[in-house]
Amino acid sequence: MDLTTFLIQCLNSVQYGLLLFLVASGLTLIFGIMGVINLAHGSFYMIGAYMAFTLASLTGNFALTILLGLIFAVIFGYLLEWGFFSFLYEREHLLQVLMTYGLILVFEELRSILVGDEVYGVAVPAWLTGTIPIGNDMTYPIYRLFMSGICVLVAVGMYFMIKKTRIGMMVRAGATNREMVQSLGINISLLYRFVFAGGVALAILAGMLAAPTSSVYPGMGNSVLILSFVVVVIGGIGSVKGAFVAALLIGFVDTFGKVFWQEGAGALIYVLMAIVLLWKPEGLFKQGS
Amino acid sequence: MRRITQQALSLLGSISLALSAHGIAQAAQDSVKVGMMLPYSGTYADLGNNIDQGFQLYIDEQGGTLDGVKIEYVRLDDESNPSKGPENANRLVNRDKVDVMVGTVHSGVAMAMAKVANDTDTLLIIPNAGAMAITGPLCSNNIFRSSFSNWQPGYAMGKVAADKFGHKTAVTVTWKYAAGDESVQGFTEGFEEGGGKVVRNLTVPFPDVEFQALLTEIASLKPDAVYTFFAGGGAVKFVLDYAAAGLKDNISLYGAGFITDGTLQAQGKAAEGLYTTLHYADDLDLAKDKSFREAYEKKFNRAPDVYSVQGYDAAQMLHAGLKEAKGDFSNRDAVVKGMSSATYDSPRGKLTLSPSHNPVHDLYLRKVENGINAYQGVAVAQLGDPARGCRLK
Repeated sequence: MDLTTFLIQCLNSVQYGLLLFLVASGLTLIFGIMGVINLAHGSFYMIGAYMAFTLASLTGNFALTILLGLIFAVIFGYLLEWGFFSFLYEREHLLQVLMTYGLILVFEELRSILVGDEVYGVAVPAWLTGTIPIGNDMTYPIYRLFMSGICVLVAVGMYFMIKKTRIGMMVRAGATNREMVQSLGINISLLYRFVFAGGVALAILAGMLAAPTSSVYPGMGNSVLILSFVVVVIGGIGSVKGAFVAALLIGFVDTFGKVFWQEGAGALIYVLMAIVLLWKPEGLFKQGS
Repeated sequence: MRRITQQALSLLGSISLALSAHGIAQAAQDSVKVGMMLPYSGTYADLGNNIDQGFQLYIDEQGGTLDGVKIEYVRLDDESNPSKGPENANRLVNRDKVDVMVGTVHSGVAMAMAKVANDTDTLLIIPNAGAMAITGPLCSNNIFRSSFSNWQPGYAMGKVAADKFGHKTAVTVTWKYAAGDESVQGFTEGFEEGGGKVVRNLTVPFPDVEFQALLTEIASLKPDAVYTFFAGGGAVKFVLDYAAAGLKDNISLYGAGFITDGTLQAQGKAAEGLYTTLHYADDLDLAKDKSFREAYEKKFNRAPDVYSVQGYDAAQMLHAGLKEAKGDFSNRDAVVKGMSSATYDSPRGKLTLSPSHNPVHDLYLRKVENGINAYQGVAVAQLGDPARGCRLK
């Protein structure tokens, strides 16, 4: 492997890692801060992708599609929390797993009824269709770099929000001691409802952004779900910084694994997870960091 | 005492069961129960539906009966889940008492069905799953395939890439699973017989769709050609990524036909100009295909595809068996003889079966032109499958 190829592979790793972060960040919010195991997270990603497909053909405008999608996502997340998830905080994890698994089945079936089971493509917006030459024979699509840019923006935004704002402080405090925060006069239920809506919106945003490069197809959320959990567990449950580092780590391990050791590429990230957990059973970073 | 009663009861039960089974066998003279075990939900739901509709179309064209035998359906969703395969197939055979099983898309599930078919001596027609083992080491008198083996399109593409396009080196890319390995094996054999050399086999874990690392690897290897086997969402993404990475203009991309079947709308311009091989194309100049497409569109309000053809031919095979047995389904030897020796007028063209009961048919070279898989000529005429390890010769 020469230097150019090596550098391109590093770029691939970072780009893949950033996308993983975007998908997993919503999960780490919901799982880490609210303590709910949300197996339906992959379904939100799938819903996002299908929404990009339907809205893009209706509006014909990429930015408008994303904006409408996000508004819908927040409303959708808010209603879901109100109707289903708010009953789960005090329950044991098994019940959470059962209900969110049920949601996966419901969402998949609804998708099948509403849109069908065919594979659909979503066009890359015209102003992002270009490519830039890289190395000798390869080009890099601008859309991929654009996605990476959005992922970085989201990462910085989340970090700032959780670390530096009053709302972030309340969320962190709520994760540590729910009753105490409540007794200070903060409406924790409402706060959580919005945190949950935010988590859903992140997954839906990830799905919408990924749709033009990956197309939309049945069952697309399932593989994403498992990867997201790996990211969250390696990074430390509830840590946004951890999810960021873990996602990049997985990006590198996965990319170079595929190049150097194909037979084991599928298992490598799980080996990475096992090693990290042996070394630091709580994940790389503590909750709330 | 209680135990004795129980034993007596269960004995009685089995006697009455045996009697009723006998009764069914008698009744089977005028009807045959077909167990359609297909993916009616999940990733392959579309394929399952098309196979089912193709099968129905043929039966309905015959007026719902084949040689005076009425066809009844039992439908079961296999969910493309191999771990439920044995249980589902057993349910069809033992609870629903089907005479023939038709299924399925997923090779892992089809293997489970083949095992159950052998254990219970039930007739099985496979309308898609391409695992070589089914008509290889697992081949059996009562197991038939109306589709293809994974090796066939790969071999044909290898031949064409070496002989027609004159490529010398190739890299293969596929998911790391049986179907991908077998397809690549076929390509490698065809390509190397034609004097080419496969320099590297690249794989990604199934069903991973992150290909960027492999595309970079291809760019640094600089082969003359790339052969690929993907289907569904993976096929769409690979073709899109390949074009976006700028490789399409420098290194020719070839594939087993599944990479552009049912996925062209989603692939759009990225797929234009791709050459693939398969036993079907969207614009075959055959009278049979034209009437088939017309009837299919009229009945179901949608265009048929290669899966519909495979379902249609599965029904034709059953008909050939019943014809030879003169409508007596219990005459298994005659049914098998009829099915395996017939020459079928398939929408894909002439179709016969090899001694291992795998299709022998023309493999077509197709090129994506204006959003359809356009016929370019015959890649390999009347190609069978090596059927390695099969006892039926």
